[in-house]
Amino acid sequence: MKKTADYVVIGGGVIGCSIAYHLAQKGAKNIALIEKKYLTSGATGRCGAGVRMQFGTETNCLLAKHSVELFENLEEELSYDGSIEFKQGGYLLLAYTEKMVEQFHKNLGIQHQLGIPSSWVTPEEAKEIVPYLNTQGLLGATFCPKDGHCNPFKTTDAYAKAAQKLGVEIMTYTEVTELLAQEGRIKGVRTREGIIETPVVILCAGSYSRDLAATIGIELPITPERHQILVTEPVEKMQEPMVMSFYHGLYCQQVPHGGFVMGLGDPNEPKEYNYNGSWQFLHEMAAKATFILPPLANLRVVRQWAGLYDLTPDRQQILGSVPGCEGFHLAAGFSGHGFMIAPMTGKLMAEHILGEPTSLPIQMFDFSRFERGDLFIEPSVV
Amino acid sequence: MSQKDENDVTILCRCEDITIEEVRSYIQRGITDLEQLKRLLRVGMGPCQGRTCTPLLVNELARATGQEIKRIHLTVFRQPTTPVKLGVLAGGTDHEENS
Ligand SMILES: Cc1cc2nc3c(=O)[nH]c(=O)nc-3n(C[C@H](O)[C@H](O)[C@H](O)COP(=O)(O)OP(=O)(O)OC[C@H]3O[C@@H](n4cnc5c(N)ncnc54)[C@H](O)[C@@H]3O)c2cc1C
Repeated sequence: MKKTADYVVIGGGVIGCSIAYHLAQKGAKNIALIEKKYLTSGATGRCGAGVRMQFGTETNCLLAKHSVELFENLEEELSYDGSIEFKQGGYLLLAYTEKMVEQFHKNLGIQHQLGIPSSWVTPEEAKEIVPYLNTQGLLGATFCPKDGHCNPFKTTDAYAKAAQKLGVEIMTYTEVTELLAQEGRIKGVRTREGIIETPVVILCAGSYSRDLAATIGIELPITPERHQILVTEPVEKMQEPMVMSFYHGLYCQQVPHGGFVMGLGDPNEPKEYNYNGSWQFLHEMAAKATFILPPLANLRVVRQWAGLYDLTPDRQQILGSVPGCEGFHLAAGFSGHGFMIAPMTGKLMAEHILGEPTSLPIQMFDFSRFERGDLFIEPSVV
Repeated sequence: MSQKDENDVTILCRCEDITIEEVRSYIQRGITDLEQLKRLLRVGMGPCQGRTCTPLLVNELARATGQEIKRIHLTVFRQPTTPVKLGVLAGGTDHEENS
């Protein structure tokens, strides 16, 4: 095993792999990426993998828009020998209350200024986009045809392989048990296989980032929250876009393989590490999905699982350096939208770590915003 | 997926239509972790959840990597154990009404 590294990335999810690739691509050397199990064993491998640009703040719209552009060309950029299965079938966001209608119109204003091709659609138009949509109670929706879905395993694999080609050493089944710091500086990490000395640590271990930061006395305001999800048997193509309702807390889309992937949040979920599935979820999910999309009643559920959102007080990621500990960088707290912004996040983090000006501002995501009471509120997240 | 003549291939995962040749080519590329094979190739991700293919796959892996079969960790089996219609779960239809 490596004894020293110039950069240690902790976490083999899509974020860690994207950061490691971008660092190496910019010429950084001697990078180790450490993952306690296998790549995508955390939230990345459990997520709905929806990709959308329809956000309600300029910052998130831009992050997502640039990421979509990167997704569109990712296979070429990374010289990937497979397909990341990027499908741009759109996202249909349903509005059920006057307040949502108002918010969606505000969001569209921001999106249009940034050149995001979203639009307001009436219930009748929504039915043209998804013919079997139940429009009962629906006041309208927004639709962006360039939103979509990407295979999270393949995307992560593509970043990991490209990183390896550039010399990044990926160590799976290696758990980091402790960060090592001295006199306000990162010194290394302790793993179950031994110590790796390094002046730079990038922590992207999802919810577990909190436990690792605590080993050097840094308290991260990140809590885990279980989110459940299921997939049906594959069927002939019948639904292009992701259908999403903030009102019901659900999202549902047919992935290129043919199965429908759908998930549901529960606001009363205890904030703990729990990723067991529950029958209550299956019933609630089935009831809500078949209400909004009735023909799905005939599809069989093949598998159900759960994953963790890594939540911060404003449900937005923390990006950048951690004050008080030189060489310590963080990219965690992505809540339910870390997959879709992973391409741009990796690039921005690499720029930040290497001391370059970042292509988009990231200071609104800084660690100290919670202390300052300067929360970053995004109206359009589940 | 495979271009070969029907007679030339051995299907290992029937749900996802994956041949032993495809599995071997992944193993040859260094993907010898059952978890990774499943996620990159979809073996065992179909309706039977690997009931048929996992033992075969474990055998292949053990042979290719020289490990004992018992050392190879199985992937997680997930509920429901048999595919159930969303309509049934929602409480609307009988189990096999429209099948
Ligand atoms: C059910 C569900 C649905 C979602 N749907 C979407 C969606 O549609 N679109 C979207 O954009 N996002 C979605 N998300 C969110 C998305 O999955 C995450 O934001 C994203 O995957 C975060 O990636 P990550 O690399 O930061 O974290 P992770 O993928 O969790 O990676 C962290 C890694 O760190 C490893 N690790 C932890 N502790 C240690 C340690 N001590 N030592 C070494 N390694 C360690 C873990 O094993 C893990 O592999 C969803 C999430 C869930 C749970």
